[in-house]
Amino acid sequence: MEFSSKLIETAVTEISKLPGIGKKTALRLALHLLKSEQFQTEQLANALVKLRNEIVYCEKCFNISDDNICGICSSIKRDKNILCIVEDIRDILAIENTGQYTGLYHVLGGVISPIEGVGPEQLNISALVQRVQTEPVKEIIFALSPTMEGDTTTYYISKKIKALDIKTSSIARGIPIGGDLEYTDEITLGRSILTRTNYTTE
Amino acid sequence: MYLRKLILHNFKNYEEQHLDFIPGINCLVGENGAGKTNLLDAIHVLSLTKSAFNPVDSQNIRKGLGYYAVNGQFETGGTTEEVICGFQIGKSKSVKLNKVEYDKLSLHIGKFPLVLIAPNDSDLIREGNEVRRKFLDGIIAQHDAAYLNDLIRYNHFLKQRNALLKNFNETRVRDLDLLFPYDKNLKELAAAIYSKRVSFFNQFIPFFNQHYAHVSGNKEEVNIQYKSQVEDEDFPSLFHSFLEKDIYQQRTNAGIHKDEIVFEIEDMPLKKFGSQGQQKSFAISLKLAQYDCLHAIMGKKPLLLLDDVFDKLDDLRIKHLLGLMAENHFGQIFLTDARPERTASLLESVETEKKIFNVINGVVKVNEP
Ligand SMILES: [Zn+2]
Repeated sequence: MEFSSKLIETAVTEISKLPGIGKKTALRLALHLLKSEQFQTEQLANALVKLRNEIVYCEKCFNISDDNICGICSSIKRDKNILCIVEDIRDILAIENTGQYTGLYHVLGGVISPIEGVGPEQLNISALVQRVQTEPVKEIIFALSPTMEGDTTTYYISKKIKALDIKTSSIARGIPIGGDLEYTDEITLGRSILTRTNYTTE
Repeated sequence: MYLRKLILHNFKNYEEQHLDFIPGINCLVGENGAGKTNLLDAIHVLSLTKSAFNPVDSQNIRKGLGYYAVNGQFETGGTTEEVICGFQIGKSKSVKLNKVEYDKLSLHIGKFPLVLIAPNDSDLIREGNEVRRKFLDGIIAQHDAAYLNDLIRYNHFLKQRNALLKNFNETRVRDLDLLFPYDKNLKELAAAIYSKRVSFFNQFIPFFNQHYAHVSGNKEEVNIQYKSQVEDEDFPSLFHSFLEKDIYQQRTNAGIHKDEIVFEIEDMPLKKFGSQGQQKSFAISLKLAQYDCLHAIMGKKPLLLLDDVFDKLDDLRIKHLLGLMAENHFGQIFLTDARPERTASLLESVETEKKIFNVINGVVKVNEP
């Protein structure tokens, strides 16, 4: 694409770096912003900059938060004995939507995959091991994707905490193949949390 | 089961081509380079989702264009099944059965079994064990989806483990707990794959011996040996004993990816001690045994593709092949030949219905009877 303006070109290049957005869509969005009132673009830009500068990850569970400790971790209604391990924040949203889970979460930030250079150090795993030693966790539920990498990660963490007296389970595989937790319908997911099965490394 | 209709769009040297096949013998004749083998390859794509000759799909598109599509209609016991295989540059390949797209291409393997006999079959003898394992896997995968799934998982875990070994080697930090899930899965999958390979050979070898005896006139004794580290009773210990070597070399030294398939003639390695004729007999017997094995296990006759066999095989082997054709050993056949008169005279003794297709520079014309 050839542009008559360097400014448009830069904006299109930046917007098209977002997932799922090609050059054509990026151009459409840029032109849309130019056509609408100036304050709207400023509001958008401010919101994005503020998001980036002020967002905090919960110190305990690594959920996105406004404070050092997120709303879930600080709620007195949540069951502090159960911890659900998820890959990212979208999984928390999906599970919260089911209304079936009242425990706490721990966000790993991905799954172990040496091919992609992702090892335990790149994930919030040592923080998890520390957390279960200092908090009154009695049960851990693994809700990682049903892939070989998800399984490997579940297995690795289970081994790391084996010595501690903690019950581990993984949510039932009612989840469609290739489907993220995000896309699983709420009833299936809610049911699979209730019917989770014991997990063992034997 | 037979392929009734084939439609090509921008596949290799074809622009748009519609072909109607018969259940019997379909002869594709024409000069070398006209595109006869490309038609066989299109059928290969329909059956196995990929080209037999070029794994790079973008290179299977007609020059200068952006996509290819291969469409086939199979008749199976009274019903018509439509397969569409399409590839567009920049997108992943899609295969549809009766308009429904597969989530994974591997789910299509085995729906319409196929055996290809081609001049490069001699690679099975000349090349390394990797080529022979691929041949073996290709046959088992066509009738055993669980085997294919195990194999895909095995190769994936192997890749992850090797990447991890590299990481151990480079960082000098070893978290053996991290190795554990890969080791466990690899050992379990290796055992499953090994036992299926063993039982496959038990079925395969009698078929092979039968064909070899025919084409060679019972002259010499041949042998297929399957060797695997997994046959060791204590394979798990063997696997772990390589750990230091694995880390040093950054790859896994034990497992079914090291399996050997050895061909012997009079107890000597065929590659070194077999004559050219013996090697050819061996190669075609392997392919015919593949055919019989798939037929026996799946209960339907695979499509048989014969690429240039009349030119590359000699009389004894052609005679065996024609004999099998004459007694209706096969189902639908597709064969290519640069010399139409040779095909006509050789097939004279075979009563099965034949149809001749003249291939001229990427265009196919049918002989009017
Ligand atoms: Zn939190």
